[in-house]
Amino acid sequence: MDTAIVTIDGLRKSFLNKEVLKGIKLSVAKGENLVIFGKSGSGKSVLIKCLVGLIEPDEGKIMLFEKNIEGLNEEELNIVRKKIGFLFQSAALYDSMTVRENLQFPLRDLKKTPPAEIEALVKEVLKNVGLEEAIDKMPSDLSGGMRKRVGLARTLILKPELILYDEPTTGLDPITSKEISHLILDVQKKYNTASIIITHDVECARITANRMLIIKDGTIAAEGTFTELSESKDEWVSSFFK
Amino acid sequence: MSTELQPTDIPVVENVMQPSKASYLSKVRSFFEEVTLITKFSFRFVKEVFRPRYEFNELIKQSYLIGYRSFPLIAITGFIMGLVLTIQSRPTLAQFGAESWLPAMVSVSIVREMGPVITALIFAGKVGSGIGAELASMKVTEQIDAMEVSGNNPFKYIVVTRILASTLMLPALVILSDAISIYGSFVGVNIKGDVSFHLFFLQVFQALSFSDIFPAVIKTFFFGFTVGLIGCFFGYNSSNGTEGVGKAANSSVVFASLSIFIIDMIAVQVTSFFL
Repeated sequence: MDTAIVTIDGLRKSFLNKEVLKGIKLSVAKGENLVIFGKSGSGKSVLIKCLVGLIEPDEGKIMLFEKNIEGLNEEELNIVRKKIGFLFQSAALYDSMTVRENLQFPLRDLKKTPPAEIEALVKEVLKNVGLEEAIDKMPSDLSGGMRKRVGLARTLILKPELILYDEPTTGLDPITSKEISHLILDVQKKYNTASIIITHDVECARITANRMLIIKDGTIAAEGTFTELSESKDEWVSSFFK
Repeated sequence: MSTELQPTDIPVVENVMQPSKASYLSKVRSFFEEVTLITKFSFRFVKEVFRPRYEFNELIKQSYLIGYRSFPLIAITGFIMGLVLTIQSRPTLAQFGAESWLPAMVSVSIVREMGPVITALIFAGKVGSGIGAELASMKVTEQIDAMEVSGNNPFKYIVVTRILASTLMLPALVILSDAISIYGSFVGVNIKGDVSFHLFFLQVFQALSFSDIFPAVIKTFFFGFTVGLIGCFFGYNSSNGTEGVGKAANSSVVFASLSIFIIDMIAVQVTSFFL
């Protein structure tokens, strides 16, 4: 793998008196899919929200594309954020906008780009997620799986170098979950993006992971490939794969 | 066994009283904390409103949704307000033989006080609760976070445009509502009388002066700003999932309505000082 585009060192975060992250240390290389596995409430989502500045950590260093995000002002942070795609658990599509407008929204700063070029870009990313026909639909007209695909298309439109997936298959049936997992893999290959995938779906992890981490009580309890962890002799680790 | 009150019973009474006093104090404290947060929120609005980028398209869209879409409700209530005020005032004025003062009295009441305050209260109910609920549901479904991580400024796009739209649209709605109310009054006068349109409006404009219209319009900008600000504040800072959506809508209406009366009270004092 190439050089690390994400490096986290000693990340700590508490809410009231509960310490959710206890000194997390990890790195992600360019083009790598890192799956973060763990029980609900183990701090996985908090970790990636700290990564994009949605939650401010109490302690620790976060380097994104070799920049420490701690010292960045809002404008500098936004420049870094443009290189990152974030697929939320609920897809977080803007309810009042059509699919086309949802996809055009992140491109609002490209004022000099001709509208025809933006339209072509929108159609291209929708084609890549297999939803060209949904371009004029409202989010309320889409199924859960379609919403996830549109959400993924919206993250792809800025051609990010890193995509963060927060529970990409939660709430979907097994067939759609598998389709989304394969789509994540296709995106990695086609756009050469690195990804951090937060999940507790074993099948999703099996399909997408180049490397896996398991978080337990705010610390990294195990690390390895899917095969290594699924064959682990540790009772707690192996319990995830049964 | 004695049924008299024992001295040991007294601390029990004190224990019952203590929590209610504590909860009263905590409610007062949380009220002032909320006021402090709203003030900080309004300072952020002032900071962001002058900084590029300017969201003109969204401002026009919100002005359409907030202003144009509220017009039918404002028009109906305005017409009824003028009609009812005229019908209710007629018997009292008739007792003093002052029925001919009806157009003047009703128009001054509507333009100075009734029109701005009642329109603003209806606006708070419709627009304030709508903004509160919409932003809270955007928060719950992570739409605001999605805007932020895509490198856009959600405060500027969502909050600034809505506050500006409600600040600009309420005065326009109040002027239209006043005009419709006065027309409602004309209809009310003609239910039991026969006054020509020309004569009625001649009396109305003779009664109204600059000092009636100008301060009344100025205060509606503050009403509009407050409704937008409070709706956005409670929506943007909502928590507790779907329960928070209802709470945000409810708090928006309650706080905005209360603020309208407070601003009106201040505006009356300021107006009477200068005019």
